[in-house]
Amino acid sequence: MALLNIRDLTVEFPTRRKVFKAVNAACLTVEPGEIHGLVGESGAGKSTIGAAVMGLLERPGHITGGTIAYREDEISGLDDEAMRKLRGRKISMIFQDPLTSLNPLFTIRQQLTETIIANLKVGKVDADARALALLQRVDIPDPETRLDQYPHQFSGGMRQRVVIALALCSEPEVIIADEPTTALDVAVQAQILELIRDLAVERQVGVILITHDMGVIADTTDRVTVMYDGSVVESGPTAQVLGQPEHDYTKSLIAAVPRPNRKVHRFPQVSYGGRMTSFAIEEIAKGWPVREAPEGALVSVAGVTKRFAEKGGLLPWQRRHFKAVDDVSFDIVPGEVFGVVGESGSGKSTIARVISGLYRADGGNIYFDGRLVSEPSDKEAIRAFRQDIQMIFQDPYSSLNPRMRVDDIVAEPIKHHGLLSGHAAKLRVGELLEQVGLGADAAAKYPHEFSGGQRQRISIARALATQPKFLICDEPTSALDVSIQAQILNILKDLQEHLGLTMLFISHDLPVVRQMCDRVAVMKQGRIVELQETEALFSDAKENYTRELLSLMPRMSDVSDEVQLPDY
Amino acid sequence: MIEAIKHAPGRIKRALDSDFFWKFRRSPVAVISFAATFLLVMSALFAPLLATMNPFDPASLNLMNGFTPPVTPSAFTGETFLMGADDQGRDVFSTILYGMRISLFVGFAAVTLGLLIGVTLGLISGYFGGWTDTIIMRIADVQLTFPSILVAMLIFGVAKGFTPPEYRDQLAIWVLILSIGLSDWVQFARVVRGATMVEKNKEYVQAARLIGRGAMPIIFRHILPNVLSPVLVIATISLALAIIAEATLSFLGVGAPPTQPSLGTLIRIGQGYLFSGEWWILFFPSVTLLALALSVNLLGDWLRDALNPKLR
Repeated sequence: MALLNIRDLTVEFPTRRKVFKAVNAACLTVEPGEIHGLVGESGAGKSTIGAAVMGLLERPGHITGGTIAYREDEISGLDDEAMRKLRGRKISMIFQDPLTSLNPLFTIRQQLTETIIANLKVGKVDADARALALLQRVDIPDPETRLDQYPHQFSGGMRQRVVIALALCSEPEVIIADEPTTALDVAVQAQILELIRDLAVERQVGVILITHDMGVIADTTDRVTVMYDGSVVESGPTAQVLGQPEHDYTKSLIAAVPRPNRKVHRFPQVSYGGRMTSFAIEEIAKGWPVREAPEGALVSVAGVTKRFAEKGGLLPWQRRHFKAVDDVSFDIVPGEVFGVVGESGSGKSTIARVISGLYRADGGNIYFDGRLVSEPSDKEAIRAFRQDIQMIFQDPYSSLNPRMRVDDIVAEPIKHHGLLSGHAAKLRVGELLEQVGLGADAAAKYPHEFSGGQRQRISIARALATQPKFLICDEPTSALDVSIQAQILNILKDLQEHLGLTMLFISHDLPVVRQMCDRVAVMKQGRIVELQETEALFSDAKENYTRELLSLMPRMSDVSDEVQLPDY
Repeated sequence: MIEAIKHAPGRIKRALDSDFFWKFRRSPVAVISFAATFLLVMSALFAPLLATMNPFDPASLNLMNGFTPPVTPSAFTGETFLMGADDQGRDVFSTILYGMRISLFVGFAAVTLGLLIGVTLGLISGYFGGWTDTIIMRIADVQLTFPSILVAMLIFGVAKGFTPPEYRDQLAIWVLILSIGLSDWVQFARVVRGATMVEKNKEYVQAARLIGRGAMPIIFRHILPNVLSPVLVIATISLALAIIAEATLSFLGVGAPPTQPSLGTLIRIGQGYLFSGEWWILFFPSVTLLALALSVNLLGDWLRDALNPKLR
């Protein structure tokens, strides 16, 4: 008998203009001790299923069809009070952000014992003992001391362990984990997933693991259900679905995942659902100025240090700093893609911002095309530099001014540098939008009318507007779905190949770095620990830290390498 | 220009079709308070057409009409007044319409002044940070330690001292605007500073800096449009507060002069007669002030909810 049995679940959100079907007749079962992965891109309805099971659907969403049964009892029709009892006791949830799932004002002991007493009806002493045992179980070192600490004293990964302990307090039989590791570093992600794995087997808990990450699915789950646009397109044992995908959507999704173990020339385009948009690289290349490649390095970073205030103060000796970037030097030669990888807090984004001039270095120099650009004294060098470098940011939702029209956004660099004016500028903007695959009618719209991938194309159009020599990409695809990621990465590859653009590519995602970069620098705590040719780094890393990072990549051994992509 | 006209109907249609207007139609509070505000503002605007007399013109007054109760004919002249007449024989209804003009004008002008000062200082403070921020915000903090009505009275007193006596009555309104405006810039500055500090770290601002844009274009072209929605909300609520502040000052006798009575002046005149039975001189101006302040305030409240993405 399945623990949880979802049949033909339909969830609708009536909005002003039409009824939006978030989930359409989805079926799903969870057995004891099984981890059932629920995978899909944003908007596929996977989180909505989790919320529906928990009775946490946000208004005006509601279940309009199908049943959710826990063991034999149907729970989808229960009233709030009955649902509340079941939700706390038998079904728990783990959310994405460990910071907001814990109450910052109470100690871990208070939060754990409160939940235990409320659910299990045991005494205070007993609850205390159980809380301690739970912390031990989720592998928190020195649990006696940790129990009396507050959430802010824990790191992100430790906090997620506490959240898992909290979810286990009521001895649930089903746990719904909604993107439990998305906010965490790879190293921590691997540990948390292993913990969830062990707990499921040990306590015979059924887990629904909601994620967008194929690597997580491949390494952790027993069964997987693939969702697209509210509907289940494929479901089965993980090895089978990933090894011999049947549905076209699953095939194209798997094909788009960057592989850690080999380099491909181009990513297969995911074209399911007609979302393919062309990118006219030849057109862009035609109008691109032919430049003499400078001798030696295009960008030269020499002993750069950047400090941030940890504690401010009126007097200099009261201030404390930490070094986000500590004496970093490297050269980027014309035409190469230079990668920087590292965990969060390693200083990789800071170095990108120092090079671009958004931050001023506290020590060291930056040379571009042989001229010093880290000192604002040489106005002419700075002006030329501003025209020659551009940046593509991580978050497509905040990198475009929401109150500006798309044509004004793309025209801003052109007008600022006085390259073209009036009608000529307008024509140029139309061309650029056409070339990145958006069409000229995008010009009169506002950014909120576009999807994440389309916005990233607008960012690319803006970055290309001044015809720069050097492009900084700061995690350009980490906020995007894999299919969109494949498109954007292909565009960046094209730009590099056809225009000879030099790039600095910042990422935490090693498989992506392997596909994109010629040379890679590995950063840790503000320093470069290793710098090598990409293939050499992946096959023969010299440093322990690099090898450790590489070993944490999802292996994806089950995933089929040769997916026959359907033709459209 | 021709193009602009061609686009005009489309724009109106789009506005009527927008989610914002849809939300507005579905909220009875918003519709009623908007209708009330609109009605009051319009009747103040078209006061000369609606009023039976010009209460500011001494020639049109007849002292014999003094203290005529509402709707009953005067014992001496036989004239009838909808809301009665005050001590000088002024029609209370007409005086309210003209008084509301002064109250609304002072309110709008004072809020505009406070908004311009507050938004500018808030943007500068939030964008540049450091010492600039510290100085501006400490001044704001000091001002906040006094009740704003006290600050307004202080500014009013000082400004009055600088105006020559013969212009004092004419300039009273402008002095009133200055004093109320200067007393409420702080809340604009604080909200805009906070919003600016959030916006300046967003990537679109960094993208503009990368292009090479200077501080002023970034502040006014990029950040300003993105911090305007909270400003709009505060401005609406401030309008209600400014109208009340003006009424309070006038009630205390430091605002609009008796020859050009605002709602507050009328209430001050009326409260002298409350216990001798002439209730209408106090009652009608007070109810008008209440209706005006309440409807503007409710509108501001609804606006805050409608524009707040967290409550959606």
